[in-house]
Amino acid sequence: RDRRDRHRSKSRDGSRGDKSVTIQAPGEPLLDNESTRGDERDDNWGETTTVVTGTSEHSISHDDLTRIAKDMEDSVPLDCSRHLGVAAGTTLALLSFLTPLAFLLLPPLLWREELEPCGTACEGLFISVAFKLLILLLGSWALFFRRPKASLPRVFVLRALLMVLVFLLVVSYWLFYGVRILDARERSYQGVVQFAVSLVDALLFVHYLAVVLLELRQLQPQFTLKVVRSTDGASRFYNVGHLSIQRVAVWILEKYYHDFPVYNPALLNLPKSVLAKKVSGFKVYSLGEENSTNNSTGQSRAVIAAAARRRDNSHNEYYYEEAEHERRVRKRRARLVVAVEEAFTHIKRLQEEEQKNPREVMDPREAAQAIFASMARAMQKYLRTTKQQPYHTMESILQHLEFCITHDMTPKAFLERYLAAGPTIQYHKERWLAKQWTLVSEEPVTNGLKDGIVFLLKRQDFSLVVSTKKVPFFKLSEEFVDPKSHKFVMRLQSETSV
Amino acid sequence: AVLGCQIGVEMSYIPGQPVTAVVQRVEIHKLRPGENLILGFSIGGGIDQDPSQNPFSEDKTDKGIYVTRVSEGGPAEIAGLQIGDKIMQVNGWDVTMVTHDQARNRLTKRSEEEVRLLVTRQSLQKAVQQSMLS
Repeated sequence: RDRRDRHRSKSRDGSRGDKSVTIQAPGEPLLDNESTRGDERDDNWGETTTVVTGTSEHSISHDDLTRIAKDMEDSVPLDCSRHLGVAAGTTLALLSFLTPLAFLLLPPLLWREELEPCGTACEGLFISVAFKLLILLLGSWALFFRRPKASLPRVFVLRALLMVLVFLLVVSYWLFYGVRILDARERSYQGVVQFAVSLVDALLFVHYLAVVLLELRQLQPQFTLKVVRSTDGASRFYNVGHLSIQRVAVWILEKYYHDFPVYNPALLNLPKSVLAKKVSGFKVYSLGEENSTNNSTGQSRAVIAAAARRRDNSHNEYYYEEAEHERRVRKRRARLVVAVEEAFTHIKRLQEEEQKNPREVMDPREAAQAIFASMARAMQKYLRTTKQQPYHTMESILQHLEFCITHDMTPKAFLERYLAAGPTIQYHKERWLAKQWTLVSEEPVTNGLKDGIVFLLKRQDFSLVVSTKKVPFFKLSEEFVDPKSHKFVMRLQSETSV
Repeated sequence: AVLGCQIGVEMSYIPGQPVTAVVQRVEIHKLRPGENLILGFSIGGGIDQDPSQNPFSEDKTDKGIYVTRVSEGGPAEIAGLQIGDKIMQVNGWDVTMVTHDQARNRLTKRSEEEVRLLVTRQSLQKAVQQSMLS
């Protein structure tokens, strides 16, 4: 039996109810938010600082920055504690597997002459031991031999509990064996075999306990989680059972990658033309005021009040800008759809019976390249308008086209990938799948879920806010309807007093 | 001499043909005992109701609005409305082909203090026939 313990606790601070648990990458990530402190602000900084603009020799684009940050994340040194846990689990499993065999083999090896021969009952017990061990092996393989999905910040409590249980079980059996059988040189071999069989039974029951605790308990939904992405408000609801906070976090992350549309930072802000006029043009002059402590707050309040009173038309511009953008997107989309439909009419699958010149026969890649040129421009313009162009390189589009051609897909099926923003998992894995997430929680993360718990899953540029609600208790009552009771009459004359 | 005209082919309704009837004008002044304006009678009928249940109509397919009850001493009784009358018009609006609720709304407009109804009844038809024959 191989139980992998994926981590050991790495508490940074000793406090139990600590706030956030992180695995730090060495060195500062380049995209860290810089906190500004208003009181230390130096108003003259603009004059003396050197600013690196995009026109210098060593300019880095935003893509390069994200790539460097991700490289730094990936190069986190593998923690030895994780491997320690796996090694401990493996040794424990091997030990508990070999123990019954040892119990059976030691008496014949050590005091064969004194041993009473054991008849058919023993043989039956041998067979049952063999099969039970086989079943145990298969069960453990099914349950525990799996690639770990995540590395959790704190110890996985239930799994650790089970390992301790197995350890205690095996140790106590060895203790008894050592005292009662080895020391006393037990004669009756049948007794020894029955002892070994009872250990195997106990191990099978522990396996059953493991199945119930690790797999079954979380299946029945007890809580509803609302997951909201902090940057653009994309939200989903999920039902989960009883889990600890860290396991729920892993579960949510799995769901995040195929449910949520991909995070597109270009779509976040209102267009600049709308917001530009927001900057207030007011300056506040203080006339003969000596008191400087209240001045800053008083000034800012006056500015805010004056700006609020001024008539604000930016909502109008926002509306028209949105409408214009919609129209533009629809137009480009129409052009794209027409271009793709037309391009697809240029090729068709070669039927078996047709005889064609070998020079005219193409494989999917060449076919894709042949028709790509006619739709490339429309595609590029559409992607630019919907701000999706970082996600689709020309190579990826060609590959997708080849894929669609190979599987006889229609133009509509080909376009499905581009017309709507898909979940993150759809895009090229290395670029967009982040691996490191930070779990921020006020409760200790090994606590079980309760009603009203809120925690955060943070990335560098966005975070997922998760709030929990208990599934209500439903009172179902029964009402019997006799099928013969469905009868109807014409509506009576209604009489109204006026 | 008898003219032989067929006035009042009763009130039977032939689809597509105009309805001919002898009517009496009844003018009711609404009373305001409390908050509401009341006229003092009850109506039944309408195109969304079941005409076969109407006790007052001659033709059981007639879906017109009928007076089913007149309260004692109320404005309707004073004005001469009788039970069993069929209301043809309310203040100039036709109510021969309306739903029950529409007829009620026409009668109970809060802005109108009096309603002028055109009603018809069996006895009217008979009275006219007799006067024509004599």
